[in-house]
Amino acid sequence: MTVKFSKDHEWIDISDHEAATVGITVHAQDALGDVVFVDLPEVGKTFTQGEVAGVVESVKAAADVYMPVTGEIVEVNEALRADPSLANTDPLGAGWFFKVHVTDMMQFDALMDEPAYAEFAKNA
Amino acid sequence: MSATAPLLTTPLNALHIELGARMVPFAGYSMPVQYPAGLMAEHQHTRSAAGLFDVSHMGQLKLVGPDAAAAFETLMPVDVIDLPVGKQRYGLLLTDEGTVIDDLMFFNQGVVDGEPTLFVIVNGACKVGDIAHITARIGQRCKVAPMPDHALLALQGPRAVTALARLAPGVEKLVFMTGGDFSIAGCDCFVTRSGYTGEDGFEISVPAAQADTLARALLAQPEVKPIGLGARNSLRLEAGLCLYGNDIDTTTTPPEAALNWAIQKVRRTGGARAGGFPGADKVLAQIDNPASLQRKRVGLVALERVPVREHTELQSEDGQKIGEVTSGLLGPTVNEPVAMGYVTPAFAAIGTRVNAIVRGKAVPMEVRAMPFTPARYYRG
Repeated sequence: MTVKFSKDHEWIDISDHEAATVGITVHAQDALGDVVFVDLPEVGKTFTQGEVAGVVESVKAAADVYMPVTGEIVEVNEALRADPSLANTDPLGAGWFFKVHVTDMMQFDALMDEPAYAEFAKNA
Repeated sequence: MSATAPLLTTPLNALHIELGARMVPFAGYSMPVQYPAGLMAEHQHTRSAAGLFDVSHMGQLKLVGPDAAAAFETLMPVDVIDLPVGKQRYGLLLTDEGTVIDDLMFFNQGVVDGEPTLFVIVNGACKVGDIAHITARIGQRCKVAPMPDHALLALQGPRAVTALARLAPGVEKLVFMTGGDFSIAGCDCFVTRSGYTGEDGFEISVPAAQADTLARALLAQPEVKPIGLGARNSLRLEAGLCLYGNDIDTTTTPPEAALNWAIQKVRRTGGARAGGFPGADKVLAQIDNPASLQRKRVGLVALERVPVREHTELQSEDGQKIGEVTSGLLGPTVNEPVAMGYVTPAFAAIGTRVNAIVRGKAVPMEVRAMPFTPARYYRG
């Protein structure tokens, strides 16, 4: 299991823990509607778990993107900055937000797996 | 309205759910914010073809009797008495301080069932208060008759006339801000050529029991798709139209809100019926001496691709607070972030640069003329 989910509706794929990929979930992009703007963090900046690391906005609403685990930003998705609609069309793939160097695997392990998140999102 | 109060539904509720709408609470009603096509597609469809909106949450009422127009004129800085039969006009209910209780549309239906009749449409979130206010102030002079048994639909966009004329030949002869009775798909409709999108289009008042039939007949036209409140908001903002509660409220006067165009000369200083409305001294003084204004509503465009939303602080380039955004989003048609807000008069001129403070960062904006998209009303 390399992908887990936060209660703030982010996913994190830790296949490469030096550069784990973070994005928003299918549920999150559906609730937001058409995404028109993303604010991505600076590469090199470190955020603790739960801190606001970015912003995603649709025409009707703005939402914060929280750090699912503590770590340093090692890369951001410039393609998403240029075309925010990728967050709608491919939220789990090309619509990723940033990559983070994970130092505390315990935080990752404590996140929800896919069935648990599916249940959580259903009741959200 | 408490958050736990049960939501009301419009006569089209079952249709919205059948169409897959996402329903949200709005003005005490469960309303469609978007359909499966999504806000952007719905916005673009309205600008290019025709969109059907359920606006049945809005308040409809009639003011009936020989004294109705003269009485209604005592509540608004607007020429009601001289509005010709068959015409519609924008109006503003004012407090005794000259601030805005609500904005509305009223229509002179002439003599209906033997009595002069005005048909009035007010905002959904304000309708209970408006009806109480109108009744308290002029209920002795005319009959104030709410119409809770009527739904209200809007058909908006450049193809609206084609779609509606197919069902109701003759509607194409109406021009902007006129209207009349029409039978549409067997429904008894009162149609005006007006709306809240900046496009050509119609608003249709229909008995609640016939609303579903009418909506389905309109949706069966190839030009027409259902549009939610989300796109209604982005369409009206691009059109430069105020949203009550955001851009105007009981803290703003019409001159501050750049709504002097709604105050006809006859009600202004030197006019034949000058004053005689709540807050007239203050409102007319502001019109006569614009330099006395403390703030003014303006259009704004962000020069970076960052949406600037309501309540965002506006600063001068040297960091002084000079105002606040009251509505803002990325305009789907103009394809740039548009907003309206209030600034001190020194910063109200077209072309003035200001900064919006978004998440602690200064986003440069420029004061622009509104509407942001050209109005396409049909004036004949």
